[in-house]
Amino acid sequence: MKDFFRVAWLVVRKDLMVEARSLEVVSTTLFFALTVVLVFAFGLVREGTPVGDVSAAILWIATAFSGTLALGRTFERERQADTLRALMLAPADRPAIYAGKLAGMLLLMALVEMVLVPLVGLLFQAPILGHPVHLAALLLAGTTGFAAVGTLFAAMLVRARSRDVMLPILLYPITVPVMIAGVRGTAALFQGTPDEALARFWIALLVFFDVVFVTLALWTFEPVMTE
Amino acid sequence: MIDDFARLSVSSLSRHYGRRKALSRVTFTCDAGDIVGLLGPNGAGKSTLLAILGTLLAPSEGTVEYGTVTAEKGGAGLRARIGMLGHDLFLYPELTAFENLVFFGRMYGLRDAPARATAALDRAGLGERAHDHVSGYSRGMRQRVALERALLHGPRLLLLDEPFTGLDQASAAALVARLREEQARGVLIVLATHDLDVVDGLLTRELFLRNGRLMSVGTGEGPLRDRYHAAIMAS
Amino acid sequence: MTKLNQIELALAGAMLAVAPWIIDAAPYEATMGLVQKIFYFHMPAAWLFLLAAIIAGTASAMFLFGKKRDMDGWALAAAELAVVFGIITLVTGPLWARKAWGIWWVWDARLTSSLILWMIFVAYLLLRRYGGPGADKLGAGMALFGLANVPFIFVSVNVWRTLHPQTSVVPTLPVQMGGPLWFCITAFFLLFLALLGMRARLERQRVRIEDLYLAEDEA
Repeated sequence: MKDFFRVAWLVVRKDLMVEARSLEVVSTTLFFALTVVLVFAFGLVREGTPVGDVSAAILWIATAFSGTLALGRTFERERQADTLRALMLAPADRPAIYAGKLAGMLLLMALVEMVLVPLVGLLFQAPILGHPVHLAALLLAGTTGFAAVGTLFAAMLVRARSRDVMLPILLYPITVPVMIAGVRGTAALFQGTPDEALARFWIALLVFFDVVFVTLALWTFEPVMTE
Repeated sequence: MIDDFARLSVSSLSRHYGRRKALSRVTFTCDAGDIVGLLGPNGAGKSTLLAILGTLLAPSEGTVEYGTVTAEKGGAGLRARIGMLGHDLFLYPELTAFENLVFFGRMYGLRDAPARATAALDRAGLGERAHDHVSGYSRGMRQRVALERALLHGPRLLLLDEPFTGLDQASAAALVARLREEQARGVLIVLATHDLDVVDGLLTRELFLRNGRLMSVGTGEGPLRDRYHAAIMAS
Repeated sequence: MTKLNQIELALAGAMLAVAPWIIDAAPYEATMGLVQKIFYFHMPAAWLFLLAAIIAGTASAMFLFGKKRDMDGWALAAAELAVVFGIITLVTGPLWARKAWGIWWVWDARLTSSLILWMIFVAYLLLRRYGGPGADKLGAGMALFGLANVPFIFVSVNVWRTLHPQTSVVPTLPVQMGGPLWFCITAFFLLFLALLGMRARLERQRVRIEDLYLAEDEA
């Protein structure tokens, strides 16, 4: 068990170091998230005000889109010098390697969300500071679910053909519950009279989703990664 | 951790991708102190064979035994005894050579990873550039770092895919000397290469491969180039 | 085709051939009238769609963890059937909705869930088709995740939207309607069994031909 966390930590630290040097994934993902928000703004803002309660949806769609991009880039980088194979070759617990990659992904997406949330609040007049704890819990639980499935799929697609297009094709249908829960939960917080009970229900669903899919991913990582 | 094995036995090993046979019924053994060369044109199955020996790839048929253990039973303990130099070098270009070695050293559970990394880079003649990013290295320098990476944890079985690529004559000679050292220590070495002249006289056994088949096995006597042509071109 | 498949197929064919008369003879539902009759095809298809998804997910898990090579064929066969019966469900559903609710597509909970599940299996087939070597294992992971996702899709979509007639509709249906419904369910189920068996067998034979082809070349 101690070894599991040691290996996971090694992988996270390595990923952070690589990212800190190049800033490639962070900068491109952030800019991409920004463009997604803008594209939606042009479609959904009429005469200076957004139509309906779109801010929650835009926040989550931008998160999912930029998350997909980051997943693809992160694993493309592990593919370039075949380093993912080198990780598989190490005598470490393979699920620990998955856990490390997942944690790295989560940190990256958290960073993106820290920019996205204020941006959405600013551009769409969303009350992001109304229930900060609930909102943070929704984002954390939702992002974990999305990244848990995404990390496994991106890792296994490293050796597949047409992997760029396959990742969103596989990932989005599976993460529909995450999107529904995230958007509806956030919308419940953003509406005129916030519905905390509803938000809590969606958080609970997301946590349950996380538990099931992180477990399942840890479990399937070894068999799907052995070629 | 599993005990050091003295023999690698491969029997009737095949690997298919759909109908394409990357490897077809290859059988051979490698004993402690052997340097086995995998020789053959592109697409002969050398890399596939190395990947299977490195437990990265499961064979479609046939078995590989490391001493008495198979890859499936050996698991992480077996992987700890294997060192591999891949064709794509297995190095992170954004990290320095030192960081690369320390990271992989720690992944292999080495407590003295930094000390070993320093020693390894000194030996590779890269001590002064240890803290430069690998992306700024020439192919030959990367090759040397990658080799040290493969040897860092003192593996029992060493698998090298084209280790001489990008090396100048002096570096190639140094690598040959290094392999002889490891050989003397009882390490089992399997290497795939195109550089027949460099490995002539180094190999104790040669496997001539073509289209995934083992054409013949040489025993390291006579000029290698002639035997290569006889084995690969004749049939 | 095995003997069993032939019997199943013949029975299913005969039953489906007479099904129109049986459905015709069933009483008209008071409010819905003629359109309600689509229900006799819609519901069996929807049930078999879910069954196919369960089989595909389970077989994939066995392939992945139990290393049973045959299971991959069953998973692929079931996934293809899931897509086929999913289409039937998704086409007949809106036909009903048009009459019942006045619009073609409503974001009704069960219909939306079906659409998502259907997309999961279409994605699975796309991966199998275009994923290159090793796609069988990746596909198995996808199918397994798809199956594990069913309850989440169902709960989330249900809370999000709900319009569908309650499931309890079947046992409380008048006998005159229940009889034909069960008749259709049986017919569809036999068809499903035949197709599943045949497709899985085809896949097994394809694998055997590959093996023979490879062995032939060795000799």
